[in-house]
Amino acid sequence: MKTKIIAAIGVALCCVPAWSQQGTNAPDANAQNSAALEQRIRELEDRVIALEGKLRTMESAQTAQPQPAQPAATVETGTQAPAQTTVPAPAPSPNEAQTGLATSGGQLPVYGGSSAAAKALNPDVSVIGDFIGAAGGNSAPALATLQPFPSLQMHESEIGLQAIIDPYARGDFFISFGEEGVNLEEGYITFTALPAGFVAKVGKMRSVFGKVNLMHNHVLPWIDRPLVTTNLVGGEDGIDDAGVSIERILPAPKGIFLEATGQLFRGDSADVFTASQRSDVSAVAHLRSYKDITESTNLDIGLSYARGHNDAGVNLLPNPDFVTQLYGIDATLRWKPLRRSIYHSFIARSELIWSQRQELPGEQRAFGFYASGDYQLGRRWFTGGRFDWSDRSRFDNLTDKGAAATLTYWPSEFSQIRGEYRFTKYAENRDSNELLMQLIFSLGAHGAHPF
Amino acid sequence: MIKSHRSLSIALALLCSLLPLTAEAKKLNVVTATTDMAALAQEVGGDRISVESIAKGYQDPHFVEAKPSFLLKLRQADLLIVVGLQLEIGWLPPLITQSGNPRIQVGASGYLDASQFAEILEIPTGVVTRAMGDVHPLGNPHYWLDPDNGRRVARGIAGKLSELDPSDSAYFQQRFEDFDKRLTAAEQKWDAEMAPYRGRKIVTYHNSATNFAKHFHLEVIGYVEPRPGIPPTPSHTFELMALMKRESCKLLLVEPYFDLKTPNSIGAATGAKVVVYLPSVGGEKQVTNYFELFDYDIDLLKKAFQ
Repeated sequence: MKTKIIAAIGVALCCVPAWSQQGTNAPDANAQNSAALEQRIRELEDRVIALEGKLRTMESAQTAQPQPAQPAATVETGTQAPAQTTVPAPAPSPNEAQTGLATSGGQLPVYGGSSAAAKALNPDVSVIGDFIGAAGGNSAPALATLQPFPSLQMHESEIGLQAIIDPYARGDFFISFGEEGVNLEEGYITFTALPAGFVAKVGKMRSVFGKVNLMHNHVLPWIDRPLVTTNLVGGEDGIDDAGVSIERILPAPKGIFLEATGQLFRGDSADVFTASQRSDVSAVAHLRSYKDITESTNLDIGLSYARGHNDAGVNLLPNPDFVTQLYGIDATLRWKPLRRSIYHSFIARSELIWSQRQELPGEQRAFGFYASGDYQLGRRWFTGGRFDWSDRSRFDNLTDKGAAATLTYWPSEFSQIRGEYRFTKYAENRDSNELLMQLIFSLGAHGAHPF
Repeated sequence: MIKSHRSLSIALALLCSLLPLTAEAKKLNVVTATTDMAALAQEVGGDRISVESIAKGYQDPHFVEAKPSFLLKLRQADLLIVVGLQLEIGWLPPLITQSGNPRIQVGASGYLDASQFAEILEIPTGVVTRAMGDVHPLGNPHYWLDPDNGRRVARGIAGKLSELDPSDSAYFQQRFEDFDKRLTAAEQKWDAEMAPYRGRKIVTYHNSATNFAKHFHLEVIGYVEPRPGIPPTPSHTFELMALMKRESCKLLLVEPYFDLKTPNSIGAATGAKVVVYLPSVGGEKQVTNYFELFDYDIDLLKKAFQ
């Protein structure tokens, strides 16, 4: 097919001089003929460009489909990607070449085969490095949830694998390599073509409880997470579990965006929920409303609820049915002038969280919140501050407080350097003053995160 | 008798009141990533479509916030037209996923990548790395600034609208032919106006004017950004000043979403005029359609070159 198109382009182009010759031999070779000739050339140019576009589309369509097994010779020639389509693909690796050879005589299709075009079937791959350094004193009390960072740490290396699976779904995997091992931070399929406007996810995912719980480390506006997140919602790991999520936009008046999300999880999330039997599933519900106040300013308000079994009764016999319930309110005010959106912006954010944890001898009722503001000073510079106040979920009479100030520099969209001064006043009357430094760097095509 | 007349009148009134609703309901709901695609869709879709753009004409189309309010538009869309070539990669994919609208998912019948119809320039031929900045591996996505590409994209949109609404196919074709005639006449005028300035050397902040420069035979000799998407650095700015002096370049074009501090410094040092040109429809209030975009920019250039 490609040969035919190229031949058609050649024939079309060959017609131009022939037609031109005829035109100049005509007795009335005048301005009218010249205009007609220009028109003809333009038409042919349009046809060539249209054919090029079709070629690009066909190649995209071919690479979007599973590739059948190719003979070895085809594998070699298939590495010659047309220059105008995309980045020339490198030669196949020995393993890929072996795959092509091994299957050349077989009948089964090879998904993600060894031709250069088949590389387009590979998911978008990205790696985000998160390096943290810490200085100053933080002798956290034994009962404190907040744990200090070590002096130097490759805190996390997050590998992202993202692709459209088929016309009905896409897949996203985020695998986190930390100093304590490997963790599937998220790995889920999203069904995008469900009827009645529903969107469903199945797999392991961060729950939609509040704002910060949903955020990966590299999109946080701080190096650490707020105290309330650490004390009540599981900190960095948060409510992150295997399960099913269904969301839908609800009808609302006056241009208000209203979205409801319901999630059902196995019931194992950090130190928040623990499932000791199959029926100990946890549930999260979230209602989000959003409104553009002006084209530059918007308000985002959410209500969250989570319920699941906790670990208080795991080692007791008979196993009591102890439950933790979390209630949350989050509010975010954003300002970003569209004409100068790459230079200035401001985000004010707050979350209030209540925790009710059943345990012996009685229920622990804890509350916490944070309030933060982040301002973009220029294209590369950001600054911000955060105030923390939170009880501990297991000891509601112990309250930690803190404050943090950040300064961030972006050399480019793909790296950032951040400094954070953090003050923490533990409930045990112990203070800590720390200076945290962070370097985040991104390789490859990391998909945009939801707003 | 009077009663039957009254009933008939009421029935007619009801019918008349329903007619506009019926016509309204028949409209195809088109959402575009940028105002330029919206302008071209409006040209060929006429009153048989309703069209809305996500990005504004005066904002950087690379950095649009994926606001939830856009989901309200996308969930109702019959057709989503994107510029493509990864221009919207930083914000549109999550919106499409979250929209809950199967019609506009990538590859579905209501998803149209307009770049397939256009002549694409600056397609990298070597190894592409981030050391080259925020480079687009599939080519320069600012292709709509060549009126010939505008015609090609409009033809493609007319074809897609006909596919989605075959009963109005003749209408869309007629609208395209009318647009084609008006654009051809306008192009002759623009070409004549720009003819005296053929070969003039210009500098732009970002590489958004490549197709425009090719069509009107201008030569882009450099950019304020050292690499696409990378803010200007002092060393690059000094190099650019030296280049502009050496090449006698007297015009620096800046997109409306960039800060003028560095361009003004370059202008002061080199004697070049600094002009804020519009890469998109809606960049200024008075620029409401595709023709006015070129009228505005060509008028600016003429005044700057004189």
